[in-house]
Amino acid sequence: MRAYKPKDNVQAKAYYTDRFYVAPQVPKSAVDTDAVFAADLEAIKAKFEVKDAYIQVEQMVVYINAHDIYGVLELMRDELAYTQLSEMSAIDWLAKDNTFEIFYQMLSMTKRKRIRVKYFIENGQAVDSVEKLFRSADWAEREMFDMFGIEANNHPFMKRILMPYDWQGHPLLKTYPLEGDEFAAWYEVDKIYGKEARDIIGPELRDTARVDRYDSERFSRLGFEVPKGTEITGNEEPHVESYQEEGGVFMVTKLDKESSKVIDDPQR
Amino acid sequence: MAQHKVNYTQDAGLPIALTSVDKIVNWGRSNSLWAMTYGLACCGIEMMAAGASRYDFDRFGTIFRASPRQSDVMIVAGTLTKKHSEFIKRLYDQMTEPRWVISMGSCANTGGMFNTYATVQGVDRIIPVDLYLPGCAPRPETLQYGVMLLQKKIRANKAGNAQKAKRLM
Repeated sequence: MRAYKPKDNVQAKAYYTDRFYVAPQVPKSAVDTDAVFAADLEAIKAKFEVKDAYIQVEQMVVYINAHDIYGVLELMRDELAYTQLSEMSAIDWLAKDNTFEIFYQMLSMTKRKRIRVKYFIENGQAVDSVEKLFRSADWAEREMFDMFGIEANNHPFMKRILMPYDWQGHPLLKTYPLEGDEFAAWYEVDKIYGKEARDIIGPELRDTARVDRYDSERFSRLGFEVPKGTEITGNEEPHVESYQEEGGVFMVTKLDKESSKVIDDPQR
Repeated sequence: MAQHKVNYTQDAGLPIALTSVDKIVNWGRSNSLWAMTYGLACCGIEMMAAGASRYDFDRFGTIFRASPRQSDVMIVAGTLTKKHSEFIKRLYDQMTEPRWVISMGSCANTGGMFNTYATVQGVDRIIPVDLYLPGCAPRPETLQYGVMLLQKKIRANKAGNAQKAKRLM
């Protein structure tokens, strides 16, 4: 039976509380159980050092040294027919041992196989760009720089891609708060109105559990609207909010429910 | 020969309608609200549906314009990211007065489900908003009702006076 978790005030809490949670791994099998992967691994091993290799969910995972990445991907593209780099990015292991794990997801259309090439780098270390081999690495490496702060050497345009150029911080790091640090919280106010406007505009309302039934500045129930600035007592009488004045508007017909015809048949 | 059907017992026998400047100006403004196309996310789909033939915004005189200089009302339909926030301010400044803003949907109102570092928690942090439409996304009927409420709000104003410049700060 599943362990009981108290569910009171569950809206006020963030859904994921443990940001350093590591998902359990699915079983791994040896590479020699698949002939195609075994031949690929032999070809890589002939030229480069392979630290670890296994098959997981019908995909081979190969761990190599960081400085070999360009050569390994070139070999895989030109000789092993892995012609597509479908995805590459990093995994944040800074809390565990101050490293990043970089992965390159390779696809061979002719062999119908996928290989994931991986290696570890220290925090602050740069990687070698593979943009010359795969054009898809252009934006992927920029995104990796944007989200983790890992720079790629020899990249033609090493700038942020998702966040604005003047952004500070790298949001996909596990230490980065989901709701943003102080720079992120005041970014638009600082940029548009200047820092002195912070007091006037005020902090962001981040409380998802905040319910204000008579909040007439942001929301109000239909029929309970009051003008902005009204003192709210909670005893307001409901009133019907008509979208037109009682006298009607010049040349604009007001809907009259009695004289209008309701068509029930949708296939009319 | 044209058949003029003039009621000679009314309006001193002339085919005219008497009104005030306030009323005629507000009537013109409220019935030709040209909206700026500002579809930022999925609410933009509902806004397009409201403009298309089934819901037909043209009946209200609301015609979507692609330029802020030709439009009276900005319908912010969708999630406003922090990266985009400077552009919404620039486009709002380019609109000629009188101008109005409708914040459409939860994301534009409060940031909605995007309680994250990259989303502006409500467009009213950037520009003054006249009308908030709840919903995720609001149906086209909600947007139509919102536009009708905005028309009513415009008609309630004194058009003779210059519109008080709306500034967030």
